[in-house]
Amino acid sequence: MDQLLINVLNGVSAGLLLFMLSSGLTLIFSMMGVLNFAHASVYMLGAYFGYALTSLVGFWGALVLAPLAVGALGALFERTALRRVHKFGHVPELLVTFGVSYVILELVKLIWGLSSLPVAPPVQLQGAAFTIIQSVQGEGSGLSLAWGAVPAARCAGSGEAIVHCSTFPATRMFMMAVALVMLVALWLLLTHTRIGLVIRAALTRPEMVEALGHNVPRVFMLVFGSGCALAALAGVVGGMTFVTEPSMAAIVGSIIFVVVVVGGMGSLAGAFVGSLLIGLLQTLPLTVDKSLVHAAAALGWRIAPGDIAYPLAKITLAQAAPILPYLLLVLILILRPKGLLGTRED
Amino acid sequence: MSRILESRPHYHFRPYNVGRWILWGLFALVLLLAPRLWTSSFSHTMLSQMGIAIIVCLSYNVLLGQGGMLSFGHAVYSGLGSFLAIHALNAVSAGKLALPVSLVPLAGGLAGLTFAALLGYVSTKKAGTTFAMITLGIGELVWSMSLMLPEFFGGEGGITGNRVAGTPFLGITFGPQVQVYYLIAAYCFVSTAALFALTRTPLGRMLNAVRDNPERVEFIGYSTQQVRYLAFMVSGFFAGIGGGLAALNFEIVTGEVVGAARSGAYLLFVFLGGATFFIGPIIGAVLMVIALVLLSELTQAWLLYLGLVFLFMVMYAPGGIASLIMMNLRLAAFGKLRGLWTSYLALAATACTILAGAGAMLEMTYHLQLNAALGPEMKFMGATLNTQGFDSWFGAAFVLATGIALFEVTRREFMREWGTIQEEIEKEIKRREAL
Repeated sequence: MDQLLINVLNGVSAGLLLFMLSSGLTLIFSMMGVLNFAHASVYMLGAYFGYALTSLVGFWGALVLAPLAVGALGALFERTALRRVHKFGHVPELLVTFGVSYVILELVKLIWGLSSLPVAPPVQLQGAAFTIIQSVQGEGSGLSLAWGAVPAARCAGSGEAIVHCSTFPATRMFMMAVALVMLVALWLLLTHTRIGLVIRAALTRPEMVEALGHNVPRVFMLVFGSGCALAALAGVVGGMTFVTEPSMAAIVGSIIFVVVVVGGMGSLAGAFVGSLLIGLLQTLPLTVDKSLVHAAAALGWRIAPGDIAYPLAKITLAQAAPILPYLLLVLILILRPKGLLGTRED
Repeated sequence: MSRILESRPHYHFRPYNVGRWILWGLFALVLLLAPRLWTSSFSHTMLSQMGIAIIVCLSYNVLLGQGGMLSFGHAVYSGLGSFLAIHALNAVSAGKLALPVSLVPLAGGLAGLTFAALLGYVSTKKAGTTFAMITLGIGELVWSMSLMLPEFFGGEGGITGNRVAGTPFLGITFGPQVQVYYLIAAYCFVSTAALFALTRTPLGRMLNAVRDNPERVEFIGYSTQQVRYLAFMVSGFFAGIGGGLAALNFEIVTGEVVGAARSGAYLLFVFLGGATFFIGPIIGAVLMVIALVLLSELTQAWLLYLGLVFLFMVMYAPGGIASLIMMNLRLAAFGKLRGLWTSYLALAATACTILAGAGAMLEMTYHLQLNAALGPEMKFMGATLNTQGFDSWFGAAFVLATGIALFEVTRREFMREWGTIQEEIEKEIKRREAL
């Protein structure tokens, strides 16, 4: 039970990290029609910038400065490259970002090397955020929660009591908090401010907004820059929680596209639902060591090692976890092509 | 309909398109004579790879250039073709399958067609950006599957085969590389001709229409999804043939042939070659093999150079190399090319200066990052550079800055000349029309 709870929390935190990425991607896409292929590379860039800045201004400074720096770079890229190919259509726009993803990856390898970086979380975020204690027998059986780490004596149990302790790392807790704060801030910005109003208007009627005297290209630049900044923020947090290495872009790269398609292209709420779904789908099956062979056995069929179906059926759910998001993508496309919360039919 | 037929004149005269016959004859001649010109076994392997790459890149361009479908998962179809072909080859070796080795690539083609029919049904439901993401997802799906199913994909080591199998036909055993090359050349020529013919069929024309204005295509009563689906299957078939030939050529197929890097390379080089022209992917394929085999030997930073070249190509010449050639052919046709060659020379010289400066700096950084154990000295274009010395960094930066400044000056001059020449050509065209 306690382990399951921790797994769900892990899944949710992974999903929230995905949301930090896919929200920027969705914002840029719904606004400019540009699918930023380099979004995952920007995430990686954020992690590396965070690492470099941590040694100068400390982690908390880097958490603010790295997204700003990457966001500025993103705005610069929009101004110089993306706006130039805008007149050629959407495919060249995608291709420009595809080219940038190559260049960013190679530059990161060139500057910081091929191996992973030793990124340590700040002192405040080391250790456990809370511990879930489950005692099975004896007095006080049931679940209880304690903040921080608990002394070993309490987990050892006494007498006939069997006690399990599961800890949840503080870095993941921090990741969830950042993502939620970001979600609320984004929502408030889009619905309650003047700039949010202009952004939402430029989303559907860019010509009209321009006619009213707003500088739509500058709004585009701003949106692209903020999308990149959000990805970089996710990068700083993700790089500290997981590993900072050149392959970190490829790991999340194709997943966030799955999230965006599953949630519905251009829908921020869809991106949120999709992120959580994919995050859970990636994490929960990892603990299930059962395969179709077991499932068939429960139904009374026997699949022996010599059968044709055996190689496919013997794959356990834990082994199949990496492909589950992609299978979900295919299923969604067959059953609901516009995505879970999407409105676009194209 | 019948009225259209009646209004057509009874005689029908159409001159032979001599230029086209000459071009195709030249293409066949190049395919025939290339291994006679470059006789080393290394060049034979490279030529074989080029032939395979031409087929796959042309099949990719059915999607990208002709259908406007940006696929990030084309390697799935060529790669699965490779796997099915190597399994077929092994079945032939084991005597379980009575198939001549020369037809094994067709097994790959059928595999590509089948998987394109299966997966393409899902992918082609959407167009544009969503299509790109779906192909990416399906590519990842197949790539992850290849790690999970070692029985079919051979795991880390891949699946090996032996192309000297079955009974030799007319003494052709496919043992020597030259024999495989000529098999590849034959497939390459036939596939190129077939794919060119496709662009002249109603399906090919509809595909262009779907690319340019899907709304109007729906309006006249065509299903854009069906057109895309058919094109996707054609593309998958030829990709599978290319994959099958690759299986015969290398006699080993590993999981990376379905990977995202391979798909990315197809996209990159087809675009570099020029997706809007039929000849573009052929140029791209030749460049791809040269880059993958030679450039990667020459420098470790080759992917960075490739990415930068690609970036500039998308921004400044979205028609690729083929479009640059075609623009200059137009100039030559009007006899204006002669006036430009000094500018071209100046552009090339300044571009080389930039390249030398930027290249030196990049190579020095790479040297510091990866080969620091070999000492601070490194060789670059015949000169010895000290990667820790101030003077070599300053020199490289100076060369780079000079190059950029001079390039900008010559570029402006060139753009001015180019503009006037284009205006003159427009005038000339108007004058001819008036005649």
